[in-house]
Amino acid sequence: MTTYDSPMALVRVRGPLRRLADGTAEHELAGETVLELLRALERAHPAMIGWVVDERGRIRRHINVFVNGERGGEATAVAAGDRVEVLPAITGG
Amino acid sequence: MTELIVGTKKGLFVLEGEPDAGFEVTTRAFAGEPVDFATRDPRTGRLLATVTSPFYGPKIFFTDGDPGEDWSQADGVALPEGGDRALERIWVIAPGEAEGTLYAGGDPGVLFESHDGGASWELNAGLWGQPSRSQWQPGGGGLCLHSICTWPGEPDRLAVAVSAAGMWLTEDAGRTWRRGNSGLNPRYLPEEALRDENAGRCVHHVERAPQRPERMFMQFHGGVFRSDDAGASWTDIGGGGLPSDFGFPLMVDPADPDSAYVIPLVADMDRVTPDGRVRVYETRDGGSSWAPRGAGLPAEHAYLTVLRQAFSRAGAGEGLELYFGATNGDVFGSGDAGATWFNAATRLPPVYSVVAL
Repeated sequence: MTTYDSPMALVRVRGPLRRLADGTAEHELAGETVLELLRALERAHPAMIGWVVDERGRIRRHINVFVNGERGGEATAVAAGDRVEVLPAITGG
Repeated sequence: MTELIVGTKKGLFVLEGEPDAGFEVTTRAFAGEPVDFATRDPRTGRLLATVTSPFYGPKIFFTDGDPGEDWSQADGVALPEGGDRALERIWVIAPGEAEGTLYAGGDPGVLFESHDGGASWELNAGLWGQPSRSQWQPGGGGLCLHSICTWPGEPDRLAVAVSAAGMWLTEDAGRTWRRGNSGLNPRYLPEEALRDENAGRCVHHVERAPQRPERMFMQFHGGVFRSDDAGASWTDIGGGGLPSDFGFPLMVDPADPDSAYVIPLVADMDRVTPDGRVRVYETRDGGSSWAPRGAGLPAEHAYLTVLRQAFSRAGAGEGLELYFGATNGDVFGSGDAGATWFNAATRLPPVYSVVAL
């Protein structure tokens, strides 16, 4: 659960997600896990609700999240200063 | 001037033209994105598009301005938070009878309602809460609610079709629903399973005859059916001259309650136009007989697939225009109720939907 003491991590988004985030790519957000960071991002930019995390609270299937370069998931722990990248997967036809 | 709103695998295309003068693309929007369905609400002029990004999930967008630029995302197009299902796709949008009301159907077998012209939506709780829902079976395209039939002048009456959960009918604006599957006895089910109302009824498309609203026509997964009791029961009308009773789309002439048009495909195991010929089949006697309408359509080595939302009409009666698109990117049109056909567009991306206005 995010508290005032939660670590601040840097979340980076691109493409349409950046546009939904008022054109800002990098966001310093508080959270203990990747999901908490993504929820914090949604609170800061409500237009992003439903774009990365679905109704079940899961990261959408074709979106990848990396924490300091390592593939992560909703429950991946984050620490102060961590860099979190949110990227569309290489899929499609 | 006729407007064609074409949803494709790689964006939305708006075409304008006339049957005698040809059509041209005036707009492409959502470049690269799958546009499952798009339509214009004729009451307001608002254009609405359903887009299912493979990355970011299904959304409804709308614009009252330039479709090349000014789109807004509609609110509320999601399932309840914290459940075990996510919205997969929006298959169709249909204007309701009440002012400002629109309906949207999607996967997993859900109906959304908007009462502000499509800017915000809410899930229809009556259908969502059906006790049998956990037993509904998806068709090949998912558990899609693809057909929404309003009743002219009676906003509380609605029929929707779900593949493969069959027909659902309401007379109280969607608070309560009942099934409408009597007579739908699929060949793909063993006889004993026909008694099971939860066994899959794979409805492909349904249209209502506006001048006689208790009459409806259905393209089924193997079968063409007619109902004369508002969708409660169905009679097979798939004989009488059709080369196959398998297909996806169906259209009616709103001026003639005995009319229907289908585009047969070979079979579920070979979903292309039969004999390499593209032909639309027409009935004017309620399905007792069908006649091919293929003048101007490809007649040799043409193995096309036409999806369930890719057939539309403008006008009625002698002025009936018909349009359909195929997954090879062709869009065909007829300005004379199907007697003759022309190419409205070629080499678009695979066509998912066509709406003519």
